[in-house]
Amino acid sequence: MIVYIVLLPLLAAIIAGLGNKVLGKLPAKLVTTGALFASCAMSWPIFLSYVAGGAEPTTVPLFTWLQSGSFNAMWELRLDALTAVMLVVITTVSALVHLYSWGYMEEEPDQPRFFAYLSLFTFAMLMLVTANNLLQMFFGWEGVGLASYLLIGFWFRKPSASAAAIKAFVVNRVGDLGFMLGIFGTYLVFDTISIPEILAAAPSMAGSTIGFLGSRLDTMTVLCLLLFVGACGKSAQLGLHTWLPDAMEGPTPVSALIHAATMVTAGVFMVCRLSPMFETSETALHVVTYVGAATCLFAATVGTVQTDIKRVIAYSTCSQLGYMFFAAGVGAYGAAMFHLFTHAFFKALLFLGAGSVIHAMHHEQDMRYYGALRKEIPITFWAMTAGTLAITGVGIPGTLFGFAGFFSKDSIIESAYAAGGPGTTAFIIGVFAALLTSFYSWRLVFLTFFGAPRWAGSEHIQHAVHDAHGHGDHHDHPDEEDAGHHDSPSHAHSQGPVVGTAGYHPHESPWVMLLPLVVLSAGAVLAGFLFHGAFIDPEGGAQFWDASTLAFNEHLMHASHEVPKWVKWSPFVVMLTGLTVAWLAYIRHTDWPARFTATFRELYAFLLNKWYFDELYDAIFVKPAFSIGRFFWKRGDIGLIDRFGPNGMAALVVAGGRVTRRLQSGYLYTYALVMLMGLAAAVTWAITR
Amino acid sequence: MNGFPLLSLMLGVPMAGAVACLYSNAATARMIALIATVINLALGVVLWLNFDQSASAAQWQFQEYAPIFGRFAWALGIDGIALTLIALTVFLMPICILASWEAIEKRVGEYMAAFLFMETLMIGVFGAQDIFLFYIFFEAGLIPMYLIIGIWGGVDRIYASYKFFLYTLLGSVLMLVAMLWMTREAGTTDIPTLMAYDFDPRVQTWLWLAFFASFAVKMPMWPVHTWLPDAHVQAPTAGSVILAGVLLKMGGYGFIRFSLPMFPDASAQFAWLVFGLSMVAVIYTSLVALVQSDMKKLIAYSSVAHMAIVTVGLFAFNQAGIEGAMMVMLGHGLVSGALFLCVGVIYDRLHTREIDRYGGLSINMPKYALLFLLFTMASVGLPGTSNFVGEFLALMGVYEASSLVALVATTGIILGAAYMLYLYRRVAFGDLTKDDVRAMPDLSARELVMLVPIALAVLWMGVYPESFLRPMRADVQAVVARLAHAKPAGDAHVTAGKPQHAATHGAPETHEAAGEAH
Repeated sequence: MIVYIVLLPLLAAIIAGLGNKVLGKLPAKLVTTGALFASCAMSWPIFLSYVAGGAEPTTVPLFTWLQSGSFNAMWELRLDALTAVMLVVITTVSALVHLYSWGYMEEEPDQPRFFAYLSLFTFAMLMLVTANNLLQMFFGWEGVGLASYLLIGFWFRKPSASAAAIKAFVVNRVGDLGFMLGIFGTYLVFDTISIPEILAAAPSMAGSTIGFLGSRLDTMTVLCLLLFVGACGKSAQLGLHTWLPDAMEGPTPVSALIHAATMVTAGVFMVCRLSPMFETSETALHVVTYVGAATCLFAATVGTVQTDIKRVIAYSTCSQLGYMFFAAGVGAYGAAMFHLFTHAFFKALLFLGAGSVIHAMHHEQDMRYYGALRKEIPITFWAMTAGTLAITGVGIPGTLFGFAGFFSKDSIIESAYAAGGPGTTAFIIGVFAALLTSFYSWRLVFLTFFGAPRWAGSEHIQHAVHDAHGHGDHHDHPDEEDAGHHDSPSHAHSQGPVVGTAGYHPHESPWVMLLPLVVLSAGAVLAGFLFHGAFIDPEGGAQFWDASTLAFNEHLMHASHEVPKWVKWSPFVVMLTGLTVAWLAYIRHTDWPARFTATFRELYAFLLNKWYFDELYDAIFVKPAFSIGRFFWKRGDIGLIDRFGPNGMAALVVAGGRVTRRLQSGYLYTYALVMLMGLAAAVTWAITR
Repeated sequence: MNGFPLLSLMLGVPMAGAVACLYSNAATARMIALIATVINLALGVVLWLNFDQSASAAQWQFQEYAPIFGRFAWALGIDGIALTLIALTVFLMPICILASWEAIEKRVGEYMAAFLFMETLMIGVFGAQDIFLFYIFFEAGLIPMYLIIGIWGGVDRIYASYKFFLYTLLGSVLMLVAMLWMTREAGTTDIPTLMAYDFDPRVQTWLWLAFFASFAVKMPMWPVHTWLPDAHVQAPTAGSVILAGVLLKMGGYGFIRFSLPMFPDASAQFAWLVFGLSMVAVIYTSLVALVQSDMKKLIAYSSVAHMAIVTVGLFAFNQAGIEGAMMVMLGHGLVSGALFLCVGVIYDRLHTREIDRYGGLSINMPKYALLFLLFTMASVGLPGTSNFVGEFLALMGVYEASSLVALVATTGIILGAAYMLYLYRRVAFGDLTKDDVRAMPDLSARELVMLVPIALAVLWMGVYPESFLRPMRADVQAVVARLAHAKPAGDAHVTAGKPQHAATHGAPETHEAAGEAH
């Protein structure tokens, strides 16, 4: 079964990819989407059997991959509770995204390639989560990186898209450097790369030291941190996050699948998969906590000022990944996985909803040109609202009434408080980030769906209207462009967008796009309520996670249920606060944002420019790499080595006399002849003596 | 099968073809060359299938011996290491002939003869068991390469070929002197015997350096690499393929066949030198590759960086490192060969190697874009392709020796991704803005026949490298055993914190090695 789940998407990708032009669009779409729905249908029963309890971890070996000395890596598919969670997340979101793309990519001439890439991605992601050894995990890790590269660069004619694709790949490679060194070190220490064997032996290694770069360090800390560098790359944690916002250059279904629901959570998955290993190093866990918390805060602050709808959601993803990491860092792996699970549904929903908005707004992604879309695209509006309720964690503390994010995020915040130590810092940051989350999420909803239409300022809309004029079928009332001109005070500012519809009529998306939204909305509403027992309940979780490698901490989960009331209520309070501020700023007093940016100009610029990470990296890595490369080439190779090496020798020889100059004249066979004659003479001398 | 002189036959077929080509017109010469190389490929398959890969098999198989004069003999024979390299050679040769099918128009007969002659010499290098026979093949292999660059090359071909000559000359002379001394000392020219002979460690130092001078140039290692970009740029496509695919592997083969087993103590003593040069090479040449505007130069510099992974793997002194180095050599042979073919494909259409002249090829050449992508990814070392297997093993091997070297060498995966993807972006991505580029047709059937087999081989080596590791396993073990007494202690060994449990894992090997080092 598991073999089919994993290999069907690969098969579909090959058929659609190589069949491309021969097969045509429809068969390519049918075969890939069909394969994914089949995989999805097979995955849910497996997952439910683990939720129900009684299912055991199994491993299906396929064949030897790489063997050298005692190093042995098999191609094998591991199935346990942790894999099962990822299976349903990956196959469900992927199947829905495939379906959604039928509508979203309708006008794209190159559809078979797109669907082939999507299925290829799914295959690689499934290889990652079914890995039973670190090398196969790395295979999946790089495989999803490849698919991500291809999909970000799908619209390769756009320079920004191909630049973003390279950036994603190369930044991820920085993480992979850590991952690879982590594998090397792990093999050296444990003499195996089989995950269960490593985890079994890890506790006995606690306290030992290892030589690394000339110093002696705690073995497990070194190994965990090296692997964690890999996790940071793939999961876009602070420092290695710069690729994720740029990755929004890819088509929106890709963002939903890869850059929200699945690939970017691979780092969290890895830490949870190897959690018994991380448990042996307190230092490593502290680092995980702090990095997670820092990312959570950083991304949330940046998310509050972005104007591109996809970038807001991208930073939101980055921030939510931070939650997952600090949950893992404080030892609440169950909560981390739970948030991964619920987040997959509501974040995929938000992205696909954003895609639906973009589709309706003729590829306009700037929220400043949205507004008043509530009535135009009602289903999308309700789906986005469900997603927003889920991500902001709406729910009543102490009861089981709440959206998906309420269960998972609150559990993370409570666990962080209960864990103490660095968890306390994480708790404070987590609560503050929840405030920001609520603010930017509702800001997105209010800017997009409420207020007056500001479509007239958008070039995309202008184009759309212009085209319609050109076709002569839809001539709209010209006075509509001025409709509501006096509504918006923000228009008083010169840089404020033009208010008006420009005569444009957004259309709700076709059913193939709406159906995934509806299904994911159900997930965003119900996933928390239905599965919190298995993921984070002290007893239920212990039983569920027992069939996996995840180090479930019953005591911590107990403690997290018994935190003080104010701790339980604080996420609720900040959620309401964020909502209120967003409502005030974007519905009630729409002049506030402009006044805020005018007052805190530096802060605003700092946030808008994403803390200047890109500029910093450009100045200290990218530019120097090129100039040093040029220096080595011009000064090193040509100016030094060649000048004093072959050219210098040639000059000497030329100066030496006519005979030798004739040798330099390029009669190659002369050299060869001389060499062979010399050789023959020497050899004869040596052998016959 | 072992009694049949298969290796001599494999040397003879291309030789006979070469002679025939010299006296044929263009069309016939092409056909003769193709047939001869395909026959040799078939013989190579026969060789592979009849090579006993079982654990109990003899190390040297297909041995032939015919004394010529004195101690000098026509002695051939292969082990698994040589087998894989011969397989690589015979696999690439028909592809090279096909690559030259239309690109070469002047003096076709001589050109084909040079290629066939070179095939003989390359197989001879890997099959020779007499040290002087090896030397002849090793050095004579350069003659056809000189000719190919010097006659059918680009504008600056004379400069490129004499640069190559100057570099090679010094190394060769020193190596020959060392060989002469060795055969006098050991009283034999038989390579297997010499591999087991214990030279005085003090003398080893000098012998090692003499061989190093030759192999380092061939590899090429930094800073004696500057001949390579020029040679590649000036060589015709097929010349580049053979140069990158097989000739560069002779240096690595030399290390594994001579330097390591014959001078283990000196190898250990100079490991720091090899590591140092390799670390510089990875960073230095990768950065230089990043700023190239000529495609062939870019790939040539990337070859230097990849070969540095080979050298660090070899001097890791362990199974993973040496097997990894071998796999990098095989994988790089396929992948860089294929990349040069990819350059050749578009060079044939537009007659320029300037990267900026292209762009948007994914639109009008989708098949080309797909294959070029595959080879780019393989060059970057994506898991599932041949190069990953090799790089991973080699770097893992060297981690045991030195975590610092492993760290620096592994940065190659970041830099490699940067320059290769930057190249791919400029060639295949972007919009089709230039009319002459827009008019370029996609791959022809002939070009597909060249590239698709390499693509399949790259994937095969990536997914099931066992096919290639199995034949060489015992031979690599023999080299590792030979090195065991000289192996330096690694810096990454574990010191137990809790004595009762911790001592059982990982620690023993490295301590053992430390203890045995004298």
